[in-house]
Amino acid sequence: MNWTWFHKLGSPKWFYDISGRWLPWLSVAAALLLAVGTVWGLAFAPPDYQQGNSFRIIYIHVPAAILAQSCYIMLAVAGVVGLVWKMKLADVALQCAAPIGAWMTFVALLTGAVWGKPTWGAWWVWDARLTAMLILLFLYFGVIALGQSISNRDSAAKACAVLAIVGVVNIPIIKYSVDWWNTLHQPATFKVTEKPAMPAEMWVPLLIMVIGFYCFFAVVLLLRMRLEVLKRESRASWVKAEVERSL
Amino acid sequence: MSFESFADFLAMGKHGLYVWTAYGISLAVLALNVALPILARRRYLQDEARRLRRESKQ
Repeated sequence: MNWTWFHKLGSPKWFYDISGRWLPWLSVAAALLLAVGTVWGLAFAPPDYQQGNSFRIIYIHVPAAILAQSCYIMLAVAGVVGLVWKMKLADVALQCAAPIGAWMTFVALLTGAVWGKPTWGAWWVWDARLTAMLILLFLYFGVIALGQSISNRDSAAKACAVLAIVGVVNIPIIKYSVDWWNTLHQPATFKVTEKPAMPAEMWVPLLIMVIGFYCFFAVVLLLRMRLEVLKRESRASWVKAEVERSL
Repeated sequence: MSFESFADFLAMGKHGLYVWTAYGISLAVLALNVALPILARRRYLQDEARRLRRESKQ
């Protein structure tokens, strides 16, 4: 396998240039996928035979929850890369992804509450899946607070990397909470080994939304990372050239 | 299309309030996530440009 791209990530300028080229394509993909998925899910997918139309909340709840967990795994991977290879960009990625992950967790919890009210009769229950997701939100808050409260950049990067790596133990707990404990929450919609239990006209728009949310995450992450790179490299001549070009 | 009319679509069975609340707040969060970094970038570039100009005068 060719690892040149990994070594090139050591150069902030290379990252800045390549991400600038990817950004328009990712934005278009995210906008198209989210628009198609939303219209399909809201207007064209058939209603659920038990839950009626409230099940349409699934088209944001599940993608947001999947993304919230993937984002935390990304934080841990960035933490390992930062600790092992001392790559500066890994800390940039970790710091910039944490707020987006926190927002996605918030969306998953909120849409879950709004969906729970008509379905279970309660906004919130101290159920294993819900509690584990709430812990994920607090882990994100922890990473964000830690990153901002330590003024030495290298120490902050190390502390956040360690917290991200330790906290990743919560991810399998979220994933298997619906199997390990008796919960109100329904089991996974998508499994790698089986076909979804719902008909194609229901899960195809959901899959489109999941991919759309990933593209959206990539767009927002790159936007944040590019700004952070500019700030950290503000003394480099290419950054000054970039600032002057923006005038 | 799984709805008879536009009013039917807005009503979402008995669940209109829940479905539209969930979608509305989610849309607002997504829009905020796009707007914040774009605004921050614009502000930073303006500040940096001003700083560079000031330093080049000295």
